[in-house]
Parts: sequence; C-alpha cells; structure tokens
Amino acid sequence: MSFNIEQLRREFPLLSQEVNGKPLVYFDNAATTQKPKAVVERLIEYYYKENSNIHRGAHYLSQQATETYENARETTRLYLNAAFSHEIIFSRGTTEAINLVASSFSKKFVNPGDEILISAMEHHSNIVPWQMACQERGAILKVIPMNEKGELILEEYEKLLSNNTRIVAVTHVSNALGTINPIEEIISLAHQKGIPVLIDGAQAVPHMKVDVQALDCDFYCFSGHKLYGPMGVGVLYGKEEWLQQMPPYQGGGEMIKEVRFTGTTYNELPFKFEAGTPNVGDVLGLEAALRFVSYLRHDEISAYEDQLMQYGMEQLQTLENIRFIGTAEKKTSVISFIFNDIHPYDTGIILDKLGIAVRTGHHCAQPTMDFFEVPGTVRVSFAVYNTRQEIDILVEGLKKVRTLFG
Amino acid sequence: MTIKEKEQEIISEFEMFDDWLDKYNYIIEIGKSVPVIDSQYKQDQYLIKGCQSQVWLHASMEDGRVIFKADSDALITRGIVGLLIRVLSNQPPQDIVDADLAFIDAIGLKEHLSPTRSNGLVNMIKQMKLYALAFKAKQQGT
Ligand SMILES: Cc1ncc(COP(=O)(O)O)c(C=O)c1O
Repeated sequence: MSFNIEQLRREFPLLSQEVNGKPLVYFDNAATTQKPKAVVERLIEYYYKENSNIHRGAHYLSQQATETYENARETTRLYLNAAFSHEIIFSRGTTEAINLVASSFSKKFVNPGDEILISAMEHHSNIVPWQMACQERGAILKVIPMNEKGELILEEYEKLLSNNTRIVAVTHVSNALGTINPIEEIISLAHQKGIPVLIDGAQAVPHMKVDVQALDCDFYCFSGHKLYGPMGVGVLYGKEEWLQQMPPYQGGGEMIKEVRFTGTTYNELPFKFEAGTPNVGDVLGLEAALRFVSYLRHDEISAYEDQLMQYGMEQLQTLENIRFIGTAEKKTSVISFIFNDIHPYDTGIILDKLGIAVRTGHHCAQPTMDFFEVPGTVRVSFAVYNTRQEIDILVEGLKKVRTLFG
Repeated sequence: MTIKEKEQEIISEFEMFDDWLDKYNYIIEIGKSVPVIDSQYKQDQYLIKGCQSQVWLHASMEDGRVIFKADSDALITRGIVGLLIRVLSNQPPQDIVDADLAFIDAIGLKEHLSPTRSNGLVNMIKQMKLYALAFKAKQQGT
C-alpha cells in the first residue's frame, strides 16, 4: 500500500469524531462515503469566488463558471473514458439518471408487448423506473434470476434475451450483496442481438476503474456522493447514437434552442438533457472527488479494500451463528450478514451504541431480501479510509451483541 | 394503577441503571418475557410495518378497558412494546387517548420513538390511540 492511512484519514475530518462517547467507526460507505477536504474546499471556493449562472451571461463570472462547469464534464469524460464529453449528462444522482433513460428511451423505443430485462439483485432505483416505463408503454418486465451465492445465472439470461427485448438494465455491483456482475459478458450477449444495456454503476465506481468504451455499455450511471463527492449530483453516460435519438426528459431553460408558442426546438447534446440551472457547485465538487480518487489510484484503492474485505471475512467467520448473505466468487467492499438467532435491527442498535455505523434493513433491495428469505441484513461496507483496527472493533461489538441476545 | 402511576413505576425501575448496557439488557429481558402473541393475530391485518422491524398489534375491550396484545420480530422493539403494553393495556379508552407517554423520554428511550428509526413503534402508538378512540365511540354509541 503506497498511501499512508493515518494521513489519508486526516483528509476526512468527520471520521475523527465520537458517537455515543465512542470513536466513530464508519462502515456505511455503500450508503454514502465521507468527503475529503479537497471536495468541501472546492464547494467553498466556488460559492465564495465563482458562483454565477452559466451558459447565459456575457459577464466575466458567468463566462468563468460556464468554462469550469464544462471542464468538469471533460474531467468526467476522461474519468470514464467516454468518447465525447457531450455523452456525459449531469443528473441529481443514479436514481435520476436511470429515470431519465427509463422515461426517454422507452418513449421512443418501447412499445406494447416489448420486454425490458433487469436482474433479481437490483436496487429499487433500477426496478421502479422500469416498472413505471412498462406500465406506461404496455411493456413487460423480465428478471434475470440469481443463484444461492448471489450470482446472476447467465444461461437463464441468455434464454431471456428475446426479439422483444428492448433494453437490459443491470447493476455492476450489488449494493446488498457486493456481487460484481460479469457485465462484459452481459453486454456482449445483448449486443449480439442488437439490444442496448444500461449499467447501474453506483456501487462499482468507488471501488474499480470503469472504462465505458472498453465495456461498450450503452448507458452507465453513478452518484457523486458514494464516490467521496457531494450529495445531489450524479452522472449519466450515454452513447451519442442513443442520446441523439431519445426525446428530452424534462422541459425548461438550457435545453432549448428556440421557443415559440407555435413550437420549440431542442438544444443539442448534452444540454438537451440538462433542463434548468444545473447544480454547478456540486458538479465541481464531484470533479474534485474524481481527482482525489485518481490521485489515490484505483488499483491501489482496490488492492487495499480487497485486503480489508478479506480480513473482515476471516474475522467475522469466527462468530457463532453467522450467515453471510451474498457469497459470490467476485465481490467488492460489502459484507452482508445476519445472525440466525438475532434480528438485524437489534444488532444495528447495539453497534450504534458502540459508535459503529452499519446499515441494517433491506437496503432498498426488497426482492433480494425475499430471495434469501431474510427480513434484512446487517451490511458492513468499506471505503478506502477504513482500517483493520476498525474491523477488530466491529468484531468485538458483534461479540457483545451475541452475549446480549444469543 | 393508572397510566401515570405505571409510568412512574417504570421510571423508578430504570433509575437503577447507570450504564446503557444494563438498560438495554433489561429491555431485552422484557422483550424475551413479553407473552407471545397468538399466531392467529400474527397476520397482515394486525401488522404495523416498519422499515427496520415490524409490530403486530391486537386490541379488544373488556369491562370498559382496552386490552392490547402485541409482538415484534426484533427483540429491542419487543421490549419497548412490552413497556407500552404494561402502561396502556387494561386502561379506560379516554386515558389511553390522553396519555402523553412521557416516561419514554424519562428513561432515555426517546430515540426509539423517532419516525426515522422506522421500527413500527410510532405507528403502533398511533394505532393504540385509534383503537381506544374507536372503542370509546362504540361505548358511547350503545
Ligand atoms: C446499486 C445502487 N443503485 C442506485 C442507487 C441509488 O443512488 P442515489 O440514491 O444516489 O440516486 C444506490 C444507492 O443506494 C445503489 O446502491
């Protein structure tokens, strides 16, 4: 490991606080990560020195803000290795990005009797927008099943790809299970039939390098706040050929070329999909987060997080009556489990008293919980600033839980 | 005993604990000793859904008093359910409607009654009061 963890943790002031009289152990990174100083300082700088509305004023500040905003788009393009910066659409987050595609793509390409294919391990935000689209377009939602380990069954996927399938929407990494899906294969199988694929990258981008051209995905979405960036900003990458053909999602300023009461012509990409004043400050914060992650280097981050996860699994395995939910061969940064004899909520309450933040519940993936027949799980999710000592504290906490309830 | 007297009794019991762990241990013990609700009531019509844990609640009227039976899938929730039953069950409907349940705050468990916990308890109390109101209306109607 080439970065110094103590030094790294100092970049995240929030981590050094106490909760319930105990040093905070933050293991809820899949919900949102903490923010480094570089990100917060970028927000401050923008609002203190640069704030102005963009793409409209001839004055100095507006010009500057427009330029920095468009530079952030270019930084994001480079980060994802997209072919063109107009293939990068800024959104409020993954949820809005998926809703945009589900709505606009379906209006143009989905008709009664058509099928939309998602997977059994999707977050609600990659289920509900498609259900809504199906309802509106009279289409049918189909689901790729998974096995007991929490891995998608590719043979079944192949069978589900039909002449009626209009789009496939699958998560890159499952937020409830940590499974890394074989999206290269999923994409290439769909492309053999000319079907586009949307990848929900919310849980993948913080942990691995993503190259949208190498993947050849048609759409890729992620949220800034899970990647050390601010809340309220996210990214939709879409291939030009699809974005060009899709109708706008929302109407308003910025997205138009000409407005007459007799009719309106739309602006070109990417502005067609960015109606209204964009979230300039947070986009710049996101840019700072991308720079931060690039500076740490993705291969280093992955290597470190893999070690943490391995250590975590070794330690947690020693606990009595523990059942891991999601035991895929390929996993990243999420350990989801349940004690057979203790409700996840009870576990979460005691851990909270000990200053340990984990997520308990269904993780916005109720169908996944139903599949494993659990009311929810306890989810421990890692970020680059977590340590082995924190895992030791967690294990001690869980032992306490076992003596209380076991 | 009235609701207020029962609340006071619980407050005195909790005064013995100076450490959160002992307090939670006690709640867990209560949770374990709450009489298990008949499985016939563990059905959707009695279910109060929380995001994190859920509660089943049944109410009946006997001799002018409302009898509550309840259960939860999580033990800490069940312990607090046990306390609420101890205070509110077997009381006249009007007293239940009027109860402010200040004891929860006094014993330091207010955080469990926050809607953000989403454990079903807030809605359970609401439901208990609604049952009491309904029984009262029925009483007056006859
Ligand atoms: C896999 C996955 N998809 C989508 C989302 C939704 O992200 P957001 O709430 O930031 O829009 C999440 C967040 O929990 C997620 O984990």
